[in-house]
Amino acid sequence: MKKALLLAAALAVTTSASAAGKLEIFSWWSGDEGPALEALIKLYKQKYPAVTVDNATVSGGAGTNAKAVLKTRMLGGTPPDSFQAHAGQELIGTWVVAGRMEDLSSLFKSEGWDKVFPKDLVKLISQGGKPWSVPVNVHRSNVMWYNPAKLKAWGVTAPKTWPEFLKTCSTLKAKGVAAPLVVGENWTQQHLWESVMIGTLGSANWENLWAGKLKFTDPKVVGAFTTFGKVMDCANKDASGLSWQQASDRIIDGTSAFNVMGDWAAGYFTTTKKLAPNTGFGWAPAPGTTKTFVMLADSFGLPKGAKDRAEAINWLKVLGSKAGQDAFNPLKGSIAARTDSDLSKYNTYSKSAAADWKSNKIVGSMVHGAVAPESFTSAFGAIIDQFVASKNSAAAAAAAQQLAVRAGISK
Amino acid sequence: MKGLSKDRLWSIAVLTPSIILIAVFVYGFIARSVYVSMTDWGNDPAQALALNPIIRFTGFANYQDLFTGFLQGRFRQELVSTIFFTLFFILGCLGLGLGLALILDRNPRGEGLWRTIFLFPMSLSFIVTGTIWRWMLQPQGGLNQAPTLFGAPPSTFAWLSSTDAIWKFDWNKLPLLTASVVGLVLVVMAVRAARSGDRTRTLVAGACAALLFLWALLIGPNIKMLPAPELHGFNFALIGIIIAAVWQMSGYTMALYLAGLRGIPEELREAAKVDGANDIGMYQHVIFPLLAPITLSAMIVLGHISLKIFDLVYAMAGPDNINTSVPALNMYLTSFRQNQFALGAAIGTILLILVAFVIVPYLSSQFRTEEGHA
Repeated sequence: MKKALLLAAALAVTTSASAAGKLEIFSWWSGDEGPALEALIKLYKQKYPAVTVDNATVSGGAGTNAKAVLKTRMLGGTPPDSFQAHAGQELIGTWVVAGRMEDLSSLFKSEGWDKVFPKDLVKLISQGGKPWSVPVNVHRSNVMWYNPAKLKAWGVTAPKTWPEFLKTCSTLKAKGVAAPLVVGENWTQQHLWESVMIGTLGSANWENLWAGKLKFTDPKVVGAFTTFGKVMDCANKDASGLSWQQASDRIIDGTSAFNVMGDWAAGYFTTTKKLAPNTGFGWAPAPGTTKTFVMLADSFGLPKGAKDRAEAINWLKVLGSKAGQDAFNPLKGSIAARTDSDLSKYNTYSKSAAADWKSNKIVGSMVHGAVAPESFTSAFGAIIDQFVASKNSAAAAAAAQQLAVRAGISK
Repeated sequence: MKGLSKDRLWSIAVLTPSIILIAVFVYGFIARSVYVSMTDWGNDPAQALALNPIIRFTGFANYQDLFTGFLQGRFRQELVSTIFFTLFFILGCLGLGLGLALILDRNPRGEGLWRTIFLFPMSLSFIVTGTIWRWMLQPQGGLNQAPTLFGAPPSTFAWLSSTDAIWKFDWNKLPLLTASVVGLVLVVMAVRAARSGDRTRTLVAGACAALLFLWALLIGPNIKMLPAPELHGFNFALIGIIIAAVWQMSGYTMALYLAGLRGIPEELREAAKVDGANDIGMYQHVIFPLLAPITLSAMIVLGHISLKIFDLVYAMAGPDNINTSVPALNMYLTSFRQNQFALGAAIGTILLILVAFVIVPYLSSQFRTEEGHA
């Protein structure tokens, strides 16, 4: 009897809460990124004080755990009201093609987002001419990090192209630097691969590759694989044991000269390592990718059958607003997807990235889910591992082509 | 109605729920997984997570893809890795466990403390073990710094990140290798049967061995499974994981062996001594034969742990390192990251068959001895 009463009381509480409005936000922003998400939620609560916000965070790097939980919930018919996904094909290739998302064209029109988000970005988050998610932040993937004092001591400068990089590499090797380039575990090698590809093929060919217009078996792509092999010859041999932070540490201590990593490294250098930009650490676009911004973004979408649809749409509006993006990004260490953000709130590195965001050609990152679906990215790791061991460009290109066919990218 | 006494009715009533639950949630789901593994669920991304996916029956296509498909080289390396891992893991645990048990059996001072220390790792989960050993096997830390304690330069062995392998063989030669190994086992069986005077058995085993060898010599070399040679071998990066696994589980075999040693009646040892056996002789002819059943059960338990191992590898080397990967890890990634449910189910089914190879003979032998006692 007592139990039944308690149960009834609990039910009454939940129903009364839902009467006042409820919103469940599903993300993997915990730890360092938690405060940034909290800032967004605070902003939402200021606008809609009656709504109870349920912050359903599933921790785990890059959302590996969250994505598994999300799958269970979506297949079980209880989708969260709004969930985080890497913008682009990671969302489109998994959930949009399965017909489980609502298209956000009307929201983009009513909020005027078509004008404030760069055209290249809107193209990346769209399928069939309709946008499917609201990008909250933008990270740049093609950044090469170095230690300015060390480069000066070695007498080299940051190379502008990959052939130049290889020359610098042999210079450094002659000076006793065993591994001029530092790479870490598998995904950071895929990350490097993507910069080598874009730097060698050019951004237009990179776009063609994911549109299925350029085959991986094309001689140009095979040649770029060969370049990647030569670049990997400059790298450390104990790669798979290192996290990206450990790899970045080798730039600071001068074991290696260069590291290609996304711009979350800037946050690591300034916040964790207490280094000043331009003196403690330096950066340049990855060789061959000057004037190209390889982007990845976190975004939120609207699943079909969301319980609190109206509240979720309001949440998306906050995410896309200038105030929302300016509250979130300085804390997260990323830049706003909108081109009209308030730059005074950002640090030195982010200011330079935001300037590039407005002027550069924007293309999507493969390893971070913008241009390829999960089924491709996840299996591609094995191809990179095999390639690094065998250095067989033709075989790796052929395998990548098969994978692209299987994932529905190419025919 | 003699058969339906009150006791019997009670027992049926009590057992039925669990029988139904096991039938549905164990055997039903096994059947479902096997069925899924024979479909194309997930091969088309648009259908993988759709509300009402169109799933077609494709027979053994997924299995064929795993063993001969161009893209599934990772899975084949994992199979080879699993076999090496299982072998060294079992040998390591049995050897170390027996050694420790023999030492403790001599009643050293503080025996209880030592027993607790050696058994302690087993109380940790593989995730914790993996994290600890990941630190210890860092390129610049832990074990590699050990030589500096004695003034030597630090070691540079890449415990978890090595890409070198030994004992490589071409996957195309797999039918040949399998036939040769099975043939050799059959020859041994034939010789044994001949010694014990079992003529039919000798003839059958001998004939089977001859057939297999003939096949291996004449037809085997002509089978081409893959378009190009594909080398798989024992990767050095696995050594680190084997060490951690042995560290974790050898306490368990020690406990088993110690119980076995304590269970040997003192009279037997005394009798052996009276008959003039020295220490070595006593172990060789009296104690080790009595420990044989314990070795078998330890092998069964360790064997199925090593075939299913997942968390230790995930914690130590990460999910994306194909040099140290195992089938269970691949099954997880294939099903839940790539959404290729059918292919993942096929890997799961292969794992189930591998574990069954270990468990079923054991269960049937247990069953037989129990019947014999009854």
